[in-house]
Amino acid sequence: MIDELLFFMEVLVGGLLAGTMYSLVALGFVLIFKASATFNFSQGAMVFFSVLAFCGFMQDFNIPFVLAFILAALLMVIVGLCTERLVLRPLMNASEDTVLMATIGLGYVLEGLAQAAWGVEVRRLDLGIGDFPVPWIADNLKLFISALDITAGLVAAIMIIGLFLLFKYTKIGLGLRAVADDAGAASSIGIPLKHIMLLVWSAAGVVALVAGMMWGARAGVQFALVDLALKALPVLIIGGFSSIPGAIVGGLIIGATEKILEVYIGPFFGGAIEGWAPYVLAIFFLLYRPEGLFGEKIIRRV
Amino acid sequence: MKPVFMTYTKKDLINLAICMVLSVIIIPTFIKTEYWYTSILIPWLCLALATIGQQIVMGYTGQLALGAAGFMAAGAFAMFNLILRVPELGFIGSLAVSGLIAAAFGILFGLPSLKVRGIYLMVATLASQFFIIWMIDKFGWFKNYDSSGIITAQDIVILGKPFTTPLAMYFVCLAVTAVLTLLAMNMTRGSTGRNWMAVRDMDIAAESMGVSLLKTKVQAFAISAFYCGVAGALFAFCYLKSLEPVAFDIKLSFKILFMCILGGLGTINGAFIGAAFILLFPVLLNSVGNNVFHGAIDATIISSIEQVIFGLLMIIFMIYEPLGMAKLWENLKQKFGSKLTFSNIKNLKSPLSKKF
Repeated sequence: MIDELLFFMEVLVGGLLAGTMYSLVALGFVLIFKASATFNFSQGAMVFFSVLAFCGFMQDFNIPFVLAFILAALLMVIVGLCTERLVLRPLMNASEDTVLMATIGLGYVLEGLAQAAWGVEVRRLDLGIGDFPVPWIADNLKLFISALDITAGLVAAIMIIGLFLLFKYTKIGLGLRAVADDAGAASSIGIPLKHIMLLVWSAAGVVALVAGMMWGARAGVQFALVDLALKALPVLIIGGFSSIPGAIVGGLIIGATEKILEVYIGPFFGGAIEGWAPYVLAIFFLLYRPEGLFGEKIIRRV
Repeated sequence: MKPVFMTYTKKDLINLAICMVLSVIIIPTFIKTEYWYTSILIPWLCLALATIGQQIVMGYTGQLALGAAGFMAAGAFAMFNLILRVPELGFIGSLAVSGLIAAAFGILFGLPSLKVRGIYLMVATLASQFFIIWMIDKFGWFKNYDSSGIITAQDIVILGKPFTTPLAMYFVCLAVTAVLTLLAMNMTRGSTGRNWMAVRDMDIAAESMGVSLLKTKVQAFAISAFYCGVAGALFAFCYLKSLEPVAFDIKLSFKILFMCILGGLGTINGAFIGAAFILLFPVLLNSVGNNVFHGAIDATIISSIEQVIFGLLMIIFMIYEPLGMAKLWENLKQKFGSKLTFSNIKNLKSPLSKKF
């Protein structure tokens, strides 16, 4: 009995921590959605692009870790700048579906550019944190939990607290919230819309880079990261598109549920139900609570 | 009982005649190389058919769906199993039934559209994509317990006659595509299509005018999945000549989405233009890479460039011409005052001015 319980705990904790990795990707979506009500479908591509750039700087040019990180982050700021100038500004008055389609296009551009510049082969990313159980926890609590998972959890927690404080207590955060509420009204009282957009896209780019580093350390830096990032979509539906805590809770729910289902129900169906279980879970949420756990209620006017 | 076929104007009949002459007489007489049939014309017809399916749900009914390849897989594997297990149905019968099976999936996964729209619906339809592929992959029965992963498709036999040469397969695809395209045009011009467009332009207003949202949306999803299912069956049997779930992954869904949007949302001829473009452009790019640069550019780089160009085109079209290439074609025609038209694009003004 106690062994079963321990095993269940292990699955649960592993799932929760893996869920924080989804949360990290979802966080980028939320940032942009909060500030501009734009759904940025290219977030997954940004994850892939940024971490491949980081690997490229580090492995092809032998640039040290910290400098490579700064360079990759700068690159993401440039991507944000170009996106704001060339994609979002011309689509300022377009409907949200048009912008969504444009961001799908943007995703294609980023994926293509990344592969053209840094090649298509899988790269190994070594962060110096092993993807194996931490001995101390394994000895004392009898739980096998990966060090990488714990790091990802910590990183996610730090980023969330940081972003939360930024949104809540700084002038920039106030501006961001004003723009999110009503872009027209915000710009008419003198909030610089383009700076806000640039800031948000850059922040989302850096978040993407961090998420990509975590995923890359686990699964290798490869194109499959884009598909993994798609799983952030059910996370957002469960948590709500405009809520930072929602992204976290959603990620935890998805991570835990998919692991538990995979371990306890998966074997009856030949396994690999992780691939679709989060989406089906999202459908159930859509049927009962379309705005997500923390999202604002969707109101449509005729 | 409403008539299935509408009245046609003289222009429609001329267009039909031109298309028929072009596809039945001119192409078979002038194109002799097998490559054109096996690698360009057959996949073009199949993908155009799938794109019509995507058009119905996205361009006409305004529901953001991203699962066309899943329904294609359902159709393809249904076809395989029907021919294997119920040989009495024959090829055409199996094709129709596999379309219906795909339509059943379409209804199931289209149900969330009653509650949600936009990106939310897109996620719900992604579930269908992943679920159908997983189901085929995990249950051996669908693949007749074949362990190799790739199953060879059965030969096409219609009324005792084998259709195995590229030209014969081209005619099979052509016939099916022509019939379904005509039907789709009829639907979009009739009350069915008007209901779809009413829902697309403003669903709440449509509902208050007495259009049943449940019926209209579920119908659109079912018909769309039917088209995708038939297209998937043809794609597997005439083009790939094999069945493997990997061929119908999310990338194909995105491809069909691109065909639909770049071709022109809310148009039937846009489906053909978009499919032709997405299919031919890589061929062109590869031949430029081989002939101009003599293979100096790596093939992976060429495919990356292709991706960048598709993405850029998507952004450019969204900014300057959200109605896609069909609208460009229409503009060109207006400019030169030509009367040549391949289909009725009279609804071009309204489609997505509001939503897209």
